[in-house]
Amino acid sequence: MLLGLAVLAIVAGRLGLSPVPFYLLAGLLLGPGGPFQLEEIGGFIEVGAEVGVVLLLLMLGLEYSPRELASGLRTGWLSGLVDLVLNAAPGVAAGLLLGFGGLGAAALGGITYISSSGVIAKLIADLGFTGNRETGTVLTLLVVEDLVMAVYLPLLAAALLGASIGGAVAAVSLVAAVLVVLLRPRSREPRWTAALFDRSDEAVLLGILGVSLVVGAMADRLGVSAAVAAFLIGLTLSGEPAERAARLLHPLRDLFAAAFFLFFGLQVDVGALGPVVWAAAGLGAATAATKVATGWWAARSDGVGRWGRRRAAAMLISRGEFSIVIAELAVTAGLDERIGTLSAAYVMALAIAGPLAVRAVEAARARARSARRTG
Amino acid sequence: MKPVEETDLPGVGTRFTFETERRRVLGVIRHHDGRREVFVADDDDPDCVAVAVSLSEGEAHLFADLLGGTEISREAAALAQGVAGLTVDWVEVPPDTAAAGSTIGQLQVRTRTGASVVAVLRGEAAHPAPGPEFRLEEGDVVLVVGTSAGTTEAAGLLQSGRSAP
Repeated sequence: MLLGLAVLAIVAGRLGLSPVPFYLLAGLLLGPGGPFQLEEIGGFIEVGAEVGVVLLLLMLGLEYSPRELASGLRTGWLSGLVDLVLNAAPGVAAGLLLGFGGLGAAALGGITYISSSGVIAKLIADLGFTGNRETGTVLTLLVVEDLVMAVYLPLLAAALLGASIGGAVAAVSLVAAVLVVLLRPRSREPRWTAALFDRSDEAVLLGILGVSLVVGAMADRLGVSAAVAAFLIGLTLSGEPAERAARLLHPLRDLFAAAFFLFFGLQVDVGALGPVVWAAAGLGAATAATKVATGWWAARSDGVGRWGRRRAAAMLISRGEFSIVIAELAVTAGLDERIGTLSAAYVMALAIAGPLAVRAVEAARARARSARRTG
Repeated sequence: MKPVEETDLPGVGTRFTFETERRRVLGVIRHHDGRREVFVADDDDPDCVAVAVSLSEGEAHLFADLLGGTEISREAAALAQGVAGLTVDWVEVPPDTAAAGSTIGQLQVRTRTGASVVAVLRGEAAHPAPGPEFRLEEGDVVLVVGTSAGTTEAAGLLQSGRSAP
């Protein structure tokens, strides 16, 4: 099983694509209704998936320092708002039209709204875009999206897990408290990080992993999603401890995240894909267009030139890990299982379409350039 | 010269670019992990990187030195000092002068010139804020701070043991 996942990752790497859609595809093929049957899912995949989602969100939170979050919000709030309105709306509308109910529509809105930081970061690194003018615009948009998620996820999770108004209020206050602590500039590391980080690499690794899993379990007990708790923990760590934790957790995250995507795919009944495929295609096309518009507009406001705007627009099309996390939340909570099927198809399509679009832009630019040289 | 553009790359570092007189765009990315990436933008599409090289911190310092970094920072420091109205001077105490062997108090640098002795560098060691009982030796490098006239007088005082006429 792991060998299979490794092979998939290598293939994806060769094609210059993120392995996420491939893991999903493997899950689809091995799950109910698929051409191959897996006799036993095996405890590892299931547990691995739970750890995977915790690690995914922990590392997403670790990425940014409070200063970057505050500065990103300050400079990018307008583009972020445009991003939110343009891209969540189609999801919400589709959810209502398809009869997923209010909560289902809210979940689908989140699924279509958020671009994949993972896929985009990989694109930027692989194609050498780090120094490009539009990279700042794209990364700032992703920061705002993450901040929105920090508020959206706890609320959605609380609503999905059937929490009462009291539970929802508790979730929101928790988030508000974390955001206040986050966005206020801090000159010193909180004391507890010293206790955790002034140690050997192994101790740090086990320590941070242990803390996240324990907090996750506690969160589950309290009716808050473990994944969300992990995300918030990640956000509160920054600076050198965050860099170190990210470096140490990276390989673990890749391993367990693969299990998570595989597990998600396994739950999807391929037979049920049929009716949903058209909806996924339509939604995919619509929200690809809205992301293109968002990227174009945001890059233009930052003074980026024509080609840069096209690159930014193409990059943002990518959807990935976060969308699957939201879909998993929805499915586990017992919402319409078509949400899971739709999301799997949707993410697979756009996780591949995004990078392909970027490469198409680069190819077009190369052609325009040689035309200019020879013409 | 056009101003340097600075952009935040959240989760990565900071990006600096500037445009040369010949309309080429050069840039540096300061990664959070200490790496520096130097790049040259494409001349057709200056928003896009044509060539990028990643440098470790040590390599970045080397590159900066090759570009004349130490000269640049010294000149910049001199400029800042002139503008602020304060001058800083490093004065070496020559052999066979009244200063070598006298204490700062005996020389009465501050009373006579208005400039202050902020530090004395002796060999490898630095002696910050030396008191009036500190005895100077030949070869010491004395750091004086004051007005332009004051530091010139202090330099004369230290190098001859007498105030400049």
